[in-house]
Amino acid sequence: MRALIQAEWTKFRTVPGWVIGMAIGGVLIVAFGLLPGIQGSCGQPGSGSECVLPVGPEGQEVSDGFMFVHRPLSGDGSITARVASMTGMLPPGPNDDKMREGVAPWAKAGLLIKDGTTQGSAYAAVMLTGAHGVRLQHNFVHDKAGKPGPPGSARWLRLTRTKEKITAEESADGTTWTTVGTVTLAGLPQTVQIGLFVTSPQHAEGANESLGSFGSYGGPTMATAVFDHVTPVGSLTGTRIGGPANKYADELGGFEETGEGVFTITGTGDIAPAVGGPAGIGASISDTLLGTFAGLIMVVVISTMFVTAEYRRGMMRTTLAASPRRGRVLVAKAAVVGAVSFVVGVLAAAVVITLGQKVLRDNGAYVHLASTATELRVIVGTGVLLGVTAMLAVGLGALLRRGTTAVTVAIVTTALPYLLVMSVLPPTAGQWLLRIAPAAAFSMQQSLVEYEQVANLYLPVDGYFPLSPLAGGAVLAGWAVAALVAAACFLRRRDA
Amino acid sequence: MIGALRSEWTKLRTSPGTIWLLLAVVVATVAVSAAAVAGTTCRWGGCDVDPARLALTGVQLGQAVAAILAVLVIGGEYGTGMHRITLTAVPRRGVVLVAKAVVVSAVIVAASAAAVAGSLLATRPLLRRNGLPALSMDDGGAVRAAVGSVLYLTLVALLALGVATAVRHSAAAIGAVLGLLYLFPIMAQAVSDEKWQRYLTKLGPMTAGLTIQATKHLTELPIAPWKGLGVLAVWSVGCLLAGGALLVRRDA
Repeated sequence: MRALIQAEWTKFRTVPGWVIGMAIGGVLIVAFGLLPGIQGSCGQPGSGSECVLPVGPEGQEVSDGFMFVHRPLSGDGSITARVASMTGMLPPGPNDDKMREGVAPWAKAGLLIKDGTTQGSAYAAVMLTGAHGVRLQHNFVHDKAGKPGPPGSARWLRLTRTKEKITAEESADGTTWTTVGTVTLAGLPQTVQIGLFVTSPQHAEGANESLGSFGSYGGPTMATAVFDHVTPVGSLTGTRIGGPANKYADELGGFEETGEGVFTITGTGDIAPAVGGPAGIGASISDTLLGTFAGLIMVVVISTMFVTAEYRRGMMRTTLAASPRRGRVLVAKAAVVGAVSFVVGVLAAAVVITLGQKVLRDNGAYVHLASTATELRVIVGTGVLLGVTAMLAVGLGALLRRGTTAVTVAIVTTALPYLLVMSVLPPTAGQWLLRIAPAAAFSMQQSLVEYEQVANLYLPVDGYFPLSPLAGGAVLAGWAVAALVAAACFLRRRDA
Repeated sequence: MIGALRSEWTKLRTSPGTIWLLLAVVVATVAVSAAAVAGTTCRWGGCDVDPARLALTGVQLGQAVAAILAVLVIGGEYGTGMHRITLTAVPRRGVVLVAKAVVVSAVIVAASAAAVAGSLLATRPLLRRNGLPALSMDDGGAVRAAVGSVLYLTLVALLALGVATAVRHSAAAIGAVLGLLYLFPIMAQAVSDEKWQRYLTKLGPMTAGLTIQATKHLTELPIAPWKGLGVLAVWSVGCLLAGGALLVRRDA
């Protein structure tokens, strides 16, 4: 086997076209990654316009904007209130220009305990949502469901602090209570802020879905909730956390005490991790890797030709005479070209990920933070994507034997689905295709995190893939194994 | 010249793959176009799709098949060594390439006319079923989209012929052509900066050329329809000239 790999490696390295082609593939990835494509953010062009997002207690960038009606709480204590009603406004549809009435599915009204009023500080909250029932959320990324219940129905809520533990309870009638859950906020100081809050997130919706065009529209929403039976009764102050995050903040973020323990509060914003896409902002580190598509085409063409060239020249007869165990020849070819492509992918991605982010930030674009582990996964994932696709191409080359047919089939199976998903297919069809096509492995480059509790259109175009990195890689590997096994069977049975 | 044309026509006519590839151009174009229209739904009633562009979506796949045919016209000869006989018989190499270009254009115009007509006919009832605006041939825009798509497919085939002449290897040539075509739309999509998006769309042979299919929002296009097709024509002529220059100067 070692001799075989050495033989195949010699064949590869002595054809200048292939070596140069692979190098060009890597250069393309780097060049497209460092192109000053995206410029400016937060509605302003050029450098110095970067959005600055607050960072949550667990290191994620977060949105933290809501109307908070609160009082300080020293030591242990609790607050109880009934959310009597929830109403709201949604952004206008594509064909009208007036706000529509309606509560956003993830509009939130409830009780909140927070470490001060600075954005991004630790908190725990129990809330009634527009369409997702009662939830217990804390520190931006954790979300626990309570009882669902019909939207719009009144609900009693209670939040109790015991040292660092926060317990949330809910009730339909104010007498029988069920516990939603208990969370621990490590390092919570003696004095915290406790009170009522209302917020309503950025809304995004698909306007039409068709091949060739996908329209989405959206904008800020607002919600108004009436709280009654607020106990203990006491003087509460209103603070708008997050400042005027959007155009409705000034006019709509407010509160009114309409009776003893009765408050009407209006808020807009979100208390959640920050996301990209239609309802979010900014670019991700994956955006710098858009040249992977170009590199992939190079790798596919060379890998296919690595096999078909032997058929064209009759070299295959020599190869198979030298090594009569034909399956092994195929494995050696796949190993050599796969390893070369892997190395090209890893090197190019490493350069792009380290330098590309800097280029984007220098342009003033906002780039979502990614952990070192995510960066490493994206870099290695790019290598795996190229390497395994190269092996798939080797299999297709050995199956089809004729260069033109094999290259076309290889490009149509590996690159075309990705192109169709990114440019013409409607999102539902695109997500379906990205579950079964070899292009599913592009999910290994995803760096943004999809949160169930954040309303957004999580689309492949914005860097959200339907499969997890591991599952996406497995789909591609499945294709490669299938192609190689089929090729090995045919290679053994067919005349050379 | 007549002799060269005749010999090229005979070679193309008698290659076993030609008729299948031409059929595949028609089938791929019509099938994808029909699927595109069938899969289009509009919420909110008034949906803003361009019916001509939608009904001719299949051109995006049909062009790959047209490119294969064009690549094989010259690449196949290099694969078998036939090109030496061809060049011995017609020593003026430029004439050989011109003859090939004429023959390829002729068959692709015929096949793509059938493909475009088939797409428009097949999508007519589907457009009505899905409540999309109908395409009327009285409208200048629709005629331009239909005629333009035929010219588009022909120009893509000529581009592929030029690339294959320069590369001399079918597999590498088809890889280069498909890369050239598909790269620009994906880059334009991935770059979120609007200035760069428009720039890439104007420059790419596929993105610029396909603006000929637009019948709505013409003022918002990065490049006007006929100008866009002109960009593709420049690519095609450029590739043919480069291929021709190499063919004349190089050893066979």
